Amino acid sequence: MTHSHDHDNELDPMDARVRALETILSQKGLIDPGAIDVIVDTYQNKIGPQNGARVVAKAWSDDAYATWLKEDATAAISSLGFTGRQGEHMRAVFNTPQTHNMVVCTLCSCYPWSVLGLPPVWYKSPPYRSRAVIDPRDVLEEFGVTLSKDINIRVWDSTAELRYLVVPMRPDNAQGLSEDALAALVTRDSMIGTGIVGMAS
Amino acid sequence: MGFGPIAAEQDEPYFHASWEERALGVTLCCGALGLWNIDESRHSRENLHPADYYASSYYEIWIKALETLLIRHDCVTLDDLKSGISQSASRIEKPPLKPENVAAVIAAGGPCERAAQTPARYEAGTKVRVRNIHPSGHTRIPGYAKGHIGVVEEVAGVFVFPDDNAHGKGENAQWLYRVVLNGQDLWGAGSDPTLSVSIDAWESYLEPA
Repeated sequence: MTHSHDHDNELDPMDARVRALETILSQKGLIDPGAIDVIVDTYQNKIGPQNGARVVAKAWSDDAYATWLKEDATAAISSLGFTGRQGEHMRAVFNTPQTHNMVVCTLCSCYPWSVLGLPPVWYKSPPYRSRAVIDPRDVLEEFGVTLSKDINIRVWDSTAELRYLVVPMRPDNAQGLSEDALAALVTRDSMIGTGIVGMAS
Repeated sequence: MGFGPIAAEQDEPYFHASWEERALGVTLCCGALGLWNIDESRHSRENLHPADYYASSYYEIWIKALETLLIRHDCVTLDDLKSGISQSASRIEKPPLKPENVAAVIAAGGPCERAAQTPARYEAGTKVRVRNIHPSGHTRIPGYAKGHIGVVEEVAGVFVFPDDNAHGKGENAQWLYRVVLNGQDLWGAGSDPTLSVSIDAWESYLEPA
């Protein structure tokens, strides 16, 4: 075992259960614990919302890229090096002044891992999964987002293998910023649709 | 609606305990053995007793489902799990995922779009009804959409059919459509008049409207 945080002999039941499973599978030669370390490092440090933020920043800066992203999101996102697990079949959905987009998976927790990384707990939990489709405006209020009553809300329930990335609207006062500076403005929640991108003026 | 506030955590860490890290990793490593597919995996999670499912965190659900899959596919026995150590040699001869191959496996993912064998039955703009059917096994029709009429927005391609694939009945890929439903039609009087909800539905989930 590679863990190093035991303080005494008491283990949380899940801690004990997962350790046992890892031990059994290692003894049988079915897993290599070193691969687990690499997987954890990948999703801690390499694959996360910083990837999606690059996509959004490029779409904000480059009209041709934005068009490509609209028409073939999988290829446009792959061109930036973001591919694979839970991002095999991507769709990018663009917020407009008339329509706000929000993504959910009511059936389980489908989420575009290749661009957003591991989903937050709330995204995977029953309150969001049930309420997002029924009363998204109320849900948005809980995230501190108040939409004008005349803005339409479109909720995308990820019931198959298509994965959705929301492209938020670029803040009005973000003209002339570099792609790096723009990417720094883009939040995870804005790419799920439970946030908007603001910028201190 | 019963489930209460969303309660989003500020600056949430990716993992809330070190066992969650191992749970993610062990689940992906076992998936890489290639003994089951994502649909069987999803079905094993949703097949937990409802009281257990709703009382379990995400990674708890993953681990409970993984144990079921490992037993079903002869990777471990109940005796192994009860004792916490391997009681016998593996009955499965599969090389483990190696650290040096993790990046390639993640980058490859598991594409599930397939070549079309038949023309699509519906086209964008077509009105369709989500069928009111209740398969006893795995399915991806959300209950709230059943019986409702929507409009096809995108003919998305031909995709592996989860209802069959989850149960070892083959991929049987079908056309997949994104169907847009009207919020007030779904949720009734008093609901948000600006709301529309889309689902991604396989062809056999739909009928002409």
